[in-house]
Amino acid sequence: MTTQNWPLWEVFLRSRNGLHHQHVGSVHAVDAEMAVANARDVYTRRGEGISIWVVPSASIVASDPGDKDELFEPALDKVYRHPTFYEIPDGVANI
Amino acid sequence: MSPTSRGGRRLLTYADGALVLSHRLSEWMSNAPTMEEDIALGNIALDLLGQARGLLQTIGDEDELAYFRDSAEFRNPLLCELPNGDFAHTMVRQLFADAWFAEVWAALAAGETVGADVRGVAEKAVKENAYHWRHSSAWVVRLGDGTDESHRRTQDAVDALWPFRGELASDEWYARVEPVLAEATLSTPGRDAWTQRGSADGWHTEHLGYLLAEMQSLARAHPGATW
Repeated sequence: MTTQNWPLWEVFLRSRNGLHHQHVGSVHAVDAEMAVANARDVYTRRGEGISIWVVPSASIVASDPGDKDELFEPALDKVYRHPTFYEIPDGVANI
Repeated sequence: MSPTSRGGRRLLTYADGALVLSHRLSEWMSNAPTMEEDIALGNIALDLLGQARGLLQTIGDEDELAYFRDSAEFRNPLLCELPNGDFAHTMVRQLFADAWFAEVWAALAAGETVGADVRGVAEKAVKENAYHWRHSSAWVVRLGDGTDESHRRTQDAVDALWPFRGELASDEWYARVEPVLAEATLSTPGRDAWTQRGSADGWHTEHLGYLLAEMQSLARAHPGATW
């Protein structure tokens, strides 16, 4: 058996309540059920997550690396868009 | 609890079953059909090892029990020691073992005849077993109701392993296993077919000796060795 022809799935984990799911990697699987199982086995062995999303990698639409300059460079010199002029209260986690 | 008392022998059956099956699954490491499955089998092997250790610690010295008994002193069901065969064979063996463990852990977790230490091991194992069962039953259905080749291999595994069900099977066991085999379009010779026994008296297949030789050699060559 080989995973050569098995579809690829992107794996997202939520590490605890209140946080959002984050991309952690990918797995091969023949269907969604197996993708969740494989994601559980590969990416939650050390207590990393309490919720798993899997998405067929083919469903992801990506930006073109060639458009990098026009898409992202204009933001680099606009420091005033960063909320760095505030004191963050000690009680606020997860920023 | 002494390993030779009635209660101790019963726990030893479960502990040895988990220990020996764990070792068998660990033989798949780096050889499983896919990388994802390699990790899945490793996870299950580690769960079983933890369960075995938990029970052995309630019976006596875990290293002494695991590494310095010979095959005739092991009480694991014969099914657990059988070689891996192909992946279908390993999954059918796992299905049969998981169904047995489901009953074992539920009884120990609810049991008033066992100590709190054993109940603690069992309560954790109930959840681990639920996942093992989900994994093995899903694979048996996929393989049995899959391609011609996967069906043939899985049916061969059922035919080869069915005669070893006798040390595990209860009405509850059949009620778990039979619907999965039916969904997988696999047939069995039936509940009344002949079955092999022997492990309760220390009679094992020839395979256990080789397994123990590999599992125990390091501890016996270097007694008391630590990491």
